[in-house]
Amino acid sequence: MKCRACGAKAAVNMRQHKLALCKEHFLDWIPEQTARFIKKYRMFGPEEKILVAVSGGKDSLSLWDILRRLGYNADGLYLGLGIDEEISYSDESRRLTEQFARERGLKLHVVDIQAEYGHSIPVLATLTHRGQNRPCSVCGVAKRHEMNRMARDLGYDVLATGHNLDDEAAVLFGNTLSWQSEFLLRQGPVLPEHDGLARKVKPLCRFYEKEMAAYAILRGIEYMYEECPFSVGSTSIYYKELLNRLETDRPGAKLAFYLKFLEARANGLFIQPEDAPQAMYNCPSCGQPTQYEGKCSFCRMMEKAQPEQ
Amino acid sequence: MTVKLVLRGKEYEVKPGMTLLDSLKKIDILSESVIAVRDGEMILDDEILKDGDLVKLVSVISGGAQ
Repeated sequence: MKCRACGAKAAVNMRQHKLALCKEHFLDWIPEQTARFIKKYRMFGPEEKILVAVSGGKDSLSLWDILRRLGYNADGLYLGLGIDEEISYSDESRRLTEQFARERGLKLHVVDIQAEYGHSIPVLATLTHRGQNRPCSVCGVAKRHEMNRMARDLGYDVLATGHNLDDEAAVLFGNTLSWQSEFLLRQGPVLPEHDGLARKVKPLCRFYEKEMAAYAILRGIEYMYEECPFSVGSTSIYYKELLNRLETDRPGAKLAFYLKFLEARANGLFIQPEDAPQAMYNCPSCGQPTQYEGKCSFCRMMEKAQPEQ
Repeated sequence: MTVKLVLRGKEYEVKPGMTLLDSLKKIDILSESVIAVRDGEMILDDEILKDGDLVKLVSVISGGAQ
């Protein structure tokens, strides 16, 4: 297979675009497309300060690399989750993230959940009895809270995450199966800032996971190859595999699923129910916005993790 | 001699002369879910695998909590 741009041997073939590219042209194409998506979805401007949530995985490190190549003012935020039981998952992902930042002279903020709050994510899950033997729900609540806190406290304009199209399509698939209209209404490349919530953007949301892995490998980015031990057998991975079976038979199906959803949403397919809460409240404990009156999910969770007096 | 494909430490053997795509189908691995690397270079689905080739398959799926 030949590169469409120069005729050299292709390194990547994107069947959904009927486009094969050599290493050199693929490594140019990804930032060009990212810049296009940032503009198209009005994610942020050239002067804004961006905080990139980095996990040590291929997507977030590649996103940071791409944003810096595009000349954006982007710093990193790593959250230490304390997942170091069977394998040193958090230790290794932190080492790779710090190495990435150090080698490129980038600014990285690190928050260690255990040092900050007294417990690692798996211990918090046990203490609060949340999730069915998986700390994923606790992890999600803590990550959202801490990412927003750091973006707000450190004065960043926008929080960028490395979600790729496979991540988005899997979430969309799950929410569609159970008709979670509230979640469907909120899913998109940009979640605007409001009432103390930082703007969240997903500049990689139109790239397939395979393309992001190819980008990381071809750019020589050393990333955390192992999956989170708690994600093995998870529903999100199962949905990704199902969608990849569909993609194999019908190239472009994943992309169409996501883009047609965005189009339908923009055309008003999903609307906010009239009785949906309109105002946000401030958590009396941490001050972060919360949908319901009283403490936010994170503070309620932390309260539950404290020993009874 | 055969062609060896390795994914997460697990070895698979297929006959030489097939394309990468056909070899992956034989061992029930979706091409969409892996990147194939031979001699340090990424190869595509239409690549013919030769006797003695060792192909490293890199799983592209990561996941967990959103």
